[in-house]
This record gives sequence, structure tokens and C-alpha cells, in this order.
Amino acid sequence: MGELILQVGHLSKTFGKNEVLKDIDFTVAKGDVTSIIGASGSGKSTLLRCINLLETPTSGEILYHGKNIQAGGMSEAAYRAKVGMVFQSFNLFSNMSVLGNCTVGQCKVLKKSKMDAAKSALQYLDKVGMTPYQNAKPRQLSGGQKQRVAIARALAMDPEVLLFDEPTSALDPEMVGEVLEVMRALADEGMTMLVVTHEMAFARDVSSQVVFMKNGVICEQGGPDKILGAPEKEETKEFLSRFFNR
Amino acid sequence: MNNFGSDIAYLWSKYSVMYLDGIEKTIVLALLGTAVGCLIGFLCGLLQTIPVAPGDNPVKKFFLALLRVVIRIYVELFRGTPMILQAVFIYYGLPYITGGAAKFSSTWLAAFLIVSINTGAYMAESVRGGILSVDPGQTEGAKAIGMTHFQTMSYVVLPQALRNIMPQIGNNLIINIKDTSIMFIIGFSEFFAEHRAIVGTTNKYFPSATIEMGGYLIMTVVCSIILRQVEKKMDGDDSYALVQADPLTMTAGTYNYSGSTADRQQLAQEKAAREARGNRNQSTRGDR
Ligand SMILES: Nc1ncnc2c1ncn2[C@@H]1O[C@H](COP(=O)(O)OP(=O)(O)O)[C@@H](O)[C@H]1O
Ligand SMILES: [Mg+2]
Repeated sequence: MGELILQVGHLSKTFGKNEVLKDIDFTVAKGDVTSIIGASGSGKSTLLRCINLLETPTSGEILYHGKNIQAGGMSEAAYRAKVGMVFQSFNLFSNMSVLGNCTVGQCKVLKKSKMDAAKSALQYLDKVGMTPYQNAKPRQLSGGQKQRVAIARALAMDPEVLLFDEPTSALDPEMVGEVLEVMRALADEGMTMLVVTHEMAFARDVSSQVVFMKNGVICEQGGPDKILGAPEKEETKEFLSRFFNR
Repeated sequence: MNNFGSDIAYLWSKYSVMYLDGIEKTIVLALLGTAVGCLIGFLCGLLQTIPVAPGDNPVKKFFLALLRVVIRIYVELFRGTPMILQAVFIYYGLPYITGGAAKFSSTWLAAFLIVSINTGAYMAESVRGGILSVDPGQTEGAKAIGMTHFQTMSYVVLPQALRNIMPQIGNNLIINIKDTSIMFIIGFSEFFAEHRAIVGTTNKYFPSATIEMGGYLIMTVVCSIILRQVEKKMDGDDSYALVQADPLTMTAGTYNYSGSTADRQQLAQEKAAREARGNRNQSTRGDR
């Protein structure tokens, strides 16, 4: 196991009276690909959003390289640049071209020069196969293309961890493959990833650990063969059987 | 009526300098007032949309709440009273209250101030709406790559909000061209004030009014056409050049693929919604 990047400890999140996350504990080590599975409403998105501080956790702590990020160990913006996020609905900037989407963060957050930013943006666009479309606006792209650009935008910030929240759920079936292919290549290169997904084949083939969530708690976690092949908990078995018999 | 043509010719040959001077003053006042009004509107819209998190420091929360109240009062006060009265109130009120110590050095300054403040009150709401209409997902996308609230606003949200409210900005400009005609009340010699001066000596009311109608119409139509062009320019090209780097891509040149049918429908709906908002704004401002 590599060096620990993220340690989530006793994390809870309440919306009003609704306790959405309860006492979540887990760690992410360098090079890990963690798949988070679970029924809709089990708190998977909220967990990722808490890790990226898009939601403020109600209690608990998140350590990044051992530093508590909420205790002012580092600025929120600097932390977010290191922990990238890819959303279900892409969230590309519609007033910018594909290239603009991939350079604006480098220029404004990392303070790189326009030239350097464009150079590295093109490198990542090439990786996701979107170089030819660098001048297009997001509205001119298909869903799969948009998501590939969103991945390039996140990569261009040179993050240490990438969070994916159901990156293929908003896509037409024929476009799911192209996005999963890009993610698989990233995993092969050793990118540390935390992926909320319903693509069980992807979770099985690519992950190093699988986390099953139910009702805001981590019900079971372990290697993909164990969780997806021979789960111990009844809840996990039930979820998987419902999932595969749809 | 039989003298109509010669009356107009007479008025124009004798008073064209006055008419043209009025036109110039009207258009400069409307342009400056709209521009500064938009700045005020953007400032108010921005201040009103600063996010407050539950955990924020109470001093910050208090000041933001206070700011909202102040902006609210400003908007209601200037939207809810006639501009002609505001002009009188401010122009004559300032020296009255200060016992003559402070007064406007020129009617220009007073007129400019009133038009700006008035437009600002209308634009504050438009800008707030424009900011709220930008997909919140994009704000999250910006935060997720580490952009601050200020950077997110400057590079992502405001450019889109500006595009969304362009029709309202256009309406305000056109309304200002017409409504600055009330500035005769403080003796500012814009286009309509010139008409009043000219008919005062010539008694040719109808021919002069005809020149006025034509003059205003030309100003508003020209502005309208220019604004349309600006909007088109902001929308950018419908097509884009494919950069040939991928040997698997066979076709070079220009593509005109604007997403799926659903995307195109959404675009059309957004456009229609923008126009509807613009028209509504026009009718509210037409009332004043
Ligand atoms: N901003 C919010 N305000 C209130 N409740 C929320 C909010 N976001 C999520 N929830 C609730 O939290 C629960 C978990 O949501 P979510 O994390 O999106 O689940 P998942 O991603 O696993 O489908 C749901 O019951 C949802 O209604
Ligand atoms: Mg979700």
C-alpha cells in the first residue's frame, strides 16, 4: 500500500434533521482506485461533496497528507485544486471553448502563463481524445465528449486525487464506453481515483477497493473480488442481486 | 396642413443646430446614464448574491443582510417614483437642504446622476436574476478546480449573466433615450427641451413635433440594430474549426454540430425565455 493521501474519520453530515452520512471512516492511498457503490439516496454523492468541501461536514475530520483541511491547514482553494472532481452533469463552463475550460483554472488558480496552460491543456485533451475539438463550445459537443473534456479540465490542474460522481449516468448508452475507457487508462497510469458508479464491470476490473454504502453508512468494504464476488453482509448481497437481476 | 412641408423645411433650416445639439445631448446622456446604471446594477447584483454559509462569522452575515436591505430600499425608492419628480427633488432639494452650500454646478451632472441611479435600480434586479439564471453546476465546477467566489463570478458567472441580460440593457438604453425628455424640467437642453424652446418662438407645434418624432425614432432604431449585432457577436460562431490532430478523424474543415436535438431545443428555450424577460422589463419601465 502506498502513502496515505486522504483519511476520512468519523465523518457525519446532516441536512436539517436528515442524517445523510453517519460516522464514515475510510482511507485513500496513493494509486488506489476506490469504487463506491450503493442504492440511490445512500449518501454517495454527499460523501464525495464533503471530501471536496462542496458541502461542509457536520462533524468528523478529513486529513489530506495528515493535515486537517478544515482546521486551516491549507486554503480551501489550494486543497480543491489538488482534489479534482468530475460531475454527473459535466458542469463545463458554457461561455468558454474546450481549451478555455482546460486553461482557466491553470491561469487563475495555479497562476500559470497562458502559453504553459495551453500546452498542458492540449496534452490532457490529447489523452482524452478531444484535441480536434479544442475550439468548440460545450453546447456543440455530445455528452460523452463533454465528460471527456471535464476529465481533461480536472487533470489539467494536476490533481493528486480525482473524484468521479457517476460520470457515465447522464450519458446515452453508446457513449458510456468512451468515458470508461479514458478512466481505465487513467487508473492504469496510477492515478488515485474515487469513483461513485453503477458500472459493476468497471468496478470489478479497475478498482483496488470497493465500498458499499447503505443509508449513510459504509456497510462493507474490501477488494473487488470479495465485495462483488463473495460479499459477507446480507445488505450487500441483496443490493447486488437486485442490481444484476434488473 | 398645406404648409406642412415648408414649415418643416423652415424649422430645419433655421433651427437645425438646436435640434442636432439636442440630439447629441440626449444620446450622450442616455449612453452614459445606461452605462453607469449598468455598473451600479452589476455592483448591486453582485453584493446581493454573495453566498452566506451557516458557519460564517456573524459580523459578515450582519453586513450582508444590511446590504441587502439597503439595496432593496434603493430599488423600491427609485423604481417606485417618477423620474421627473426625482429630477426635481434632487436638483432643487440639494441646495434647499444644505442652505445653498451644495448645489449642482451644471444641469448635465444632475441629469446624468438621475438617469444613472434610475437605471441602476432597474438593472440591480435584472443582474440578480441574470446571476441566478446561470446553472449552479458551473459554479460548483469552478469551485471544484479551486476558483474563489470572486474568480468564479468574474470568469464564469458574470459573462453569462451579462449575455442573458443584454436584452434588458438594450431596453434600458432605448427607454433612457426617450425618457430623458423629462430633463427639460431642470432646464437641461436635450432634444425635447429644444423643441419646447423652438415652438415657444415659432408656434409651429405640429411640424416641430414631427421632427422630434423622427429624431427619436432614428435614435432608438439605430441603437436597437447595433444592440442586436452586439448580441450576435457575443453568441459567437455556430460552427467551429476542427483541429486536425487525430488521424482517425476523416473530415477536415468546419463542423456545424450543435449538440443533440435536446440540446438545440434547450438553447431555443433559453433564448425564448431571455426574450420574454426582456419584453416584460420593457413593459414595466414603460409605465414610468
Ligand atoms: N442539499 C441537500 N439538502 C437536503 N438534503 C439533501 C441534500 N443533498 C442530498 N440530500 C439528501 O441526502 C440523501 C443522500 O443523497 P445523495 O448523497 O445524493 O445520495 P446518492 O448520491 O447516494 O444517490 C438523500 O436522501 C437526499 O435527499
Ligand atoms: Mg448521487
